[in-house]
Amino acid sequence: MAFEQIVFYAFSAVLVFSAGVVITVRNPVHAALFLVLCFFSTAGLWLLLRAEFLAIALVLVYVGAVMVLFLFVVMMLDINIAVVRQGFARYLAVGGVVAILLIAVMAMVVGGDYFGLERTPVPEPIGEVSNTRLLGLQLYTDYVYPFEIASVILLVAIIAAIALTLRRRPDSRYQEPGRQVEVRRGDRVRLVSMKSEERR
Amino acid sequence: MTEFLQTIFIGWGLPESLAIGLTILLQIALILGVLFAAVAYLTLAERKVIGYMQVRVGPNRVGPRGLLQPIADALKLMFKEIIIPAGADKKLFLIAPVLAMAPSLAAWAVLPVADGWVLADINAGLLYVLAITSMGVYGVIVAGWASNSKYAFLGAMRSAAQIVSYEIAMGFALVGVLMAAGSLNFGQIVASQQGEYGLFSWFWLPLLPLFVIYFVSGVAETNRAPFDVAEGESEIVAGFHVEYSGMAFAVFFLGEYANMILISALAALLFLGGWLSPFQGWTDSWLGQSSIIWMLIKTSFFLFLYLWFRATFPRYRYDQIMRLGWKVFIPITIVWIVVVGGLVMGEIGPWFAAA
Repeated sequence: MAFEQIVFYAFSAVLVFSAGVVITVRNPVHAALFLVLCFFSTAGLWLLLRAEFLAIALVLVYVGAVMVLFLFVVMMLDINIAVVRQGFARYLAVGGVVAILLIAVMAMVVGGDYFGLERTPVPEPIGEVSNTRLLGLQLYTDYVYPFEIASVILLVAIIAAIALTLRRRPDSRYQEPGRQVEVRRGDRVRLVSMKSEERR
Repeated sequence: MTEFLQTIFIGWGLPESLAIGLTILLQIALILGVLFAAVAYLTLAERKVIGYMQVRVGPNRVGPRGLLQPIADALKLMFKEIIIPAGADKKLFLIAPVLAMAPSLAAWAVLPVADGWVLADINAGLLYVLAITSMGVYGVIVAGWASNSKYAFLGAMRSAAQIVSYEIAMGFALVGVLMAAGSLNFGQIVASQQGEYGLFSWFWLPLLPLFVIYFVSGVAETNRAPFDVAEGESEIVAGFHVEYSGMAFAVFFLGEYANMILISALAALLFLGGWLSPFQGWTDSWLGQSSIIWMLIKTSFFLFLYLWFRATFPRYRYDQIMRLGWKVFIPITIVWIVVVGGLVMGEIGPWFAAA
């Protein structure tokens, strides 16, 4: 077995194991941390496919930012596991049917026969090419309009999220750094000259 | 050096794959050894420098002029008991220090210290460092949560918000560098700072705002003064590592200092031309030659800045940290990225003149 294969199976085993733990473990914080492990081993698999940009972006965005905020929330919430687990037996039959259907559909679509893995030949490796550079060139030339549209949609979503959660509270006290900087000595200090008292 | 070692190992009759593996292992050991020694003496340098800034002498009892102090400290910490608080999540409590230190060591895999002196010369080096350093926050969060202590949790929350905020400004500053250099590979980033104008050919001049923001964000990322609200002795005792003792605490400490060295080395590589001489192009004597010595001098300069900041600046208030990160740094970096784009498009010399 080639070294690459050993690495592949190692990452895959970790991935499958941690994905399983994410949905079975009781503690939500542990689940979130196993999801991080999941992302990490996925990034390892993508590196094996020489998709270095995707792998690093996955770690940077999902592990470095999204999951941190996720953990943030999960830690603050005191999730009652007993309530969440209620009715497991009642929904087991329906859930099982849905799960089996989903797996079957996925196997049919992603499986080699239908996905066309055999129809397209494996592309010839074209030597030392920087995956990041090629992706950048493609995104900013051939796909520049879809790329810009996607980023504008994201921007709108960001502004909408801020607008939806923004509350103006006239009663809250806050500082205005601009006004603080503007302050001069005359606004705060008043020099008074007083006559000293007569000695008795 | 890599090939030299490999030929030796193959000469011993080892198969090639094993020889490569052994070589890599030896190189990793070398990097880690130097790094840990640097960390140990950085702690001594910190106490000495701050001592002299406060008109004291600092540690001077262990060994000649206190030079063996770090070793004494390490021994003390190793033999102290590690106390695991009642109600703590034991596994996470013990994993957290490892999570805090591992990223700052892993990032060194792609960092060159001189021309070609690098463990893994990968194309996306800068991205890799950004991704790996963004992992460091987990150590802090997990430690704060697993300690089952209010102070630790408060420290972790502060630190997480701070690191996530400043990472954005830092990322934008690095985007400016990669636009200027046209590459993510550290060797090529340094090579593109070569020029005839000595230290003025480096990127710190055209990218001055990004340079300043990068280093200040770096100070914030490493939770160092004046951004050390995650520890904040006067408010939350010691923040996220309040429940840690002995070696478990020491590992956090090592991670923090290794991170400082990492940020300093990165600043030297990206903005101050790494191993290039500040007199390049002015003289052909040994002063104009690029060598690892320049890299060490530049890194030490930034490390000194860290210590200097700690001795001189009072701690930021939490809301002011957030304001600085989001409302000052991020807008400036975005504006300057546009400026850098213009400079690169216009091929403004001497930095971006058409090669």
